[in-house]
Amino acid sequence: MYSGYAVPAVALVVVATVLVGAFGLRISRTTSDFYVASRTVGPRLNAAAISGEYLSAASFLGIAGLVLVQGPDMLWYPVGYTAGYLVLLLFVAAPLRRSGAYTLPDFAEARLASPAVRRLAGAFVVGVGWLYLLPQLQGAGLTLTVLTGAPDSLGGIIVAVVVTAIVAAGGMRSITFVQAFQYWLKLTALLVPALFLVLAWQGDGAPRNAFDEPAGFREQRVVRVDDTLDLKLEEPLTVTVTGTVDGRRHEDDSLRLSAGTHRIEQSTRLTFDKGDPVPTADSAGGGLSPSRAESRAERPLYATYGLILATFLGTMGLPHVVVRFYTSPHGVAARRTTVAVLALIGGFYLLPPVYGALGRLYAPELTLTGDADAAVLLLPERMIGGVGGDLLGALVAGGAFAAFLSTASGLTMAVAGVLTQDVLPARGVRHFRLGTVLAMAVPLAASALVGGLPVADAVGLAFAVSASSFCPLLVLGIWWRRLTPPGAAAGMLLGGGSAFLAVGATMAGFPGGGPWHALLAWPALWSVPLGFLTMVLVSLATPGRVPAGTAAILARFHLPEELRAEVKA
Amino acid sequence: MPQDQTERRVVVTGPPRRTGRASGYYRPRTEIDEQTTLGHTYVRSLMRTQLRAALTVFAVLGLLVGPLPLVFAVTPNARRLEWLVLGFGLYAPLVLLARWYVRRAERNERDFVRLVEDR
Repeated sequence: MYSGYAVPAVALVVVATVLVGAFGLRISRTTSDFYVASRTVGPRLNAAAISGEYLSAASFLGIAGLVLVQGPDMLWYPVGYTAGYLVLLLFVAAPLRRSGAYTLPDFAEARLASPAVRRLAGAFVVGVGWLYLLPQLQGAGLTLTVLTGAPDSLGGIIVAVVVTAIVAAGGMRSITFVQAFQYWLKLTALLVPALFLVLAWQGDGAPRNAFDEPAGFREQRVVRVDDTLDLKLEEPLTVTVTGTVDGRRHEDDSLRLSAGTHRIEQSTRLTFDKGDPVPTADSAGGGLSPSRAESRAERPLYATYGLILATFLGTMGLPHVVVRFYTSPHGVAARRTTVAVLALIGGFYLLPPVYGALGRLYAPELTLTGDADAAVLLLPERMIGGVGGDLLGALVAGGAFAAFLSTASGLTMAVAGVLTQDVLPARGVRHFRLGTVLAMAVPLAASALVGGLPVADAVGLAFAVSASSFCPLLVLGIWWRRLTPPGAAAGMLLGGGSAFLAVGATMAGFPGGGPWHALLAWPALWSVPLGFLTMVLVSLATPGRVPAGTAAILARFHLPEELRAEVKA
Repeated sequence: MPQDQTERRVVVTGPPRRTGRASGYYRPRTEIDEQTTLGHTYVRSLMRTQLRAALTVFAVLGLLVGPLPLVFAVTPNARRLEWLVLGFGLYAPLVLLARWYVRRAERNERDFVRLVEDR
């Protein structure tokens, strides 16, 4: 592939990230600087930073790959990722900033005056953060492997080392600069090649069958199947086969496959003719995308609503998202920042569907090889070719690495913050550095351990867990004065815990199939109401435990800053 | 980063304090500051207005997005429509909804400040 340009591009991104981080380091001096950039980050810089942090590998590579494989239903992912910010703005943004807490556990303690709830929230922050870090590290490994053939773990280790160094050295202030820089880098890395790709598509006579179902091959193409997979055909299809199909060896034979499921063994070569529909495939392959293809096929409508609920409500509880709101100077700025974030993220998400649609036209065989996540990386070479294609491919590769670096550093920051304040004995800058190393070491070790598992599901899991634990805590904590510590703890445990167990059981392949499978694979639809209901009912059952200062605290959350100077909370 | 400088440095953070106290000593404001029952009623009314604004926009969002999966499910032939709506059509309305809410929320806060300080 185009390793000649891709490696320098990735190296450049890493070096630029370190340099921008070092620039922030010169300003970052006090503990407050470390955690929340002294709360002086303006809306524009902060919005770019939030967006840069939020657009992870799943957004940069995964969405285009998912759309390529499963069609437009998967566009609900980016819509949900964006709408999550709107819900966050409506119910959480300004009061959260006015609460004046550093992290989610700080919020829990400030609102409920209960160290136990604080520790529970801390455990969920660390858990969700680690779940989300895992696919970032594995995605980095996958990208580097696709680009250069380097060993699988190398990309993850590079990301882990760079991120740990930046976060430990500079903290939030330097991270703010790094994230803002990386939003624009990611946008450029996706926008510029997209423009050229659309031009190439126009030069090709602007074929419009990208939206056809199923996608078809535009020319004769040889597909090499890397991992054993089950091919599903709706109509009979004639292909030329070299390898093993349905347990029988073939050597360059023309084979008529009947409608139904056929097992294609590893390293089989299939030649499709022009105009053949692209068959659908089930493989155990991982990748970056929150896949779960099978459960979607069983209950598409249920699954779609589950996805909408999880992403709409889960965003507000993602630890790396929430910690950013403390860096706004005041509540009004926090709101305006969120609007800017919506615009920036929405603008970015216009691009992955373009790649997905073009991928269906020009690289439909990726659905069979299990490398659909590489569609964004491969399209420039495939459609433009030559030095131009190589350079654009290198630009995309650099952007993908920026995606891993930025999301990973934000998550590390959030997890390290919780570890430093709640787990490690003393507070201070030195312990924060220790916490950073710890925050990154665990998911790195886990990614080495679980290697081949479809950890991409962890992204969806993180959203579902966050939607059923932190969403009730934040919304009820901000708007409902009768919330009690036992209620909050029970709601988080039951809602978040059951979502966690449900997706864990699905990933382990527990229920097999049927409606139970769909219920467990998309827990948000029942676990979010469960979390809310538990929190409300247990709170109502323990009216004596409403914290004494509740009224004053809610006044602090909601009063505009002009009136706050004299309110003693 | 020189270590001694780190320790000597004192950073004062937080929002700017009130500029003048003249307007701050009318009754409602004092009620809020002293956390009397009347003060709590003021805060409660602000919370209710803000929650109403949030729920209104949330309901619009639900009405906008909620029926879409159903529509796409009953019209399997409208693939291109699904591509256009989900891929490119929803982001602008989301941003507009956000701006509408922010304007409303800020107006609510301004009204409240006026109510509390100038009556």
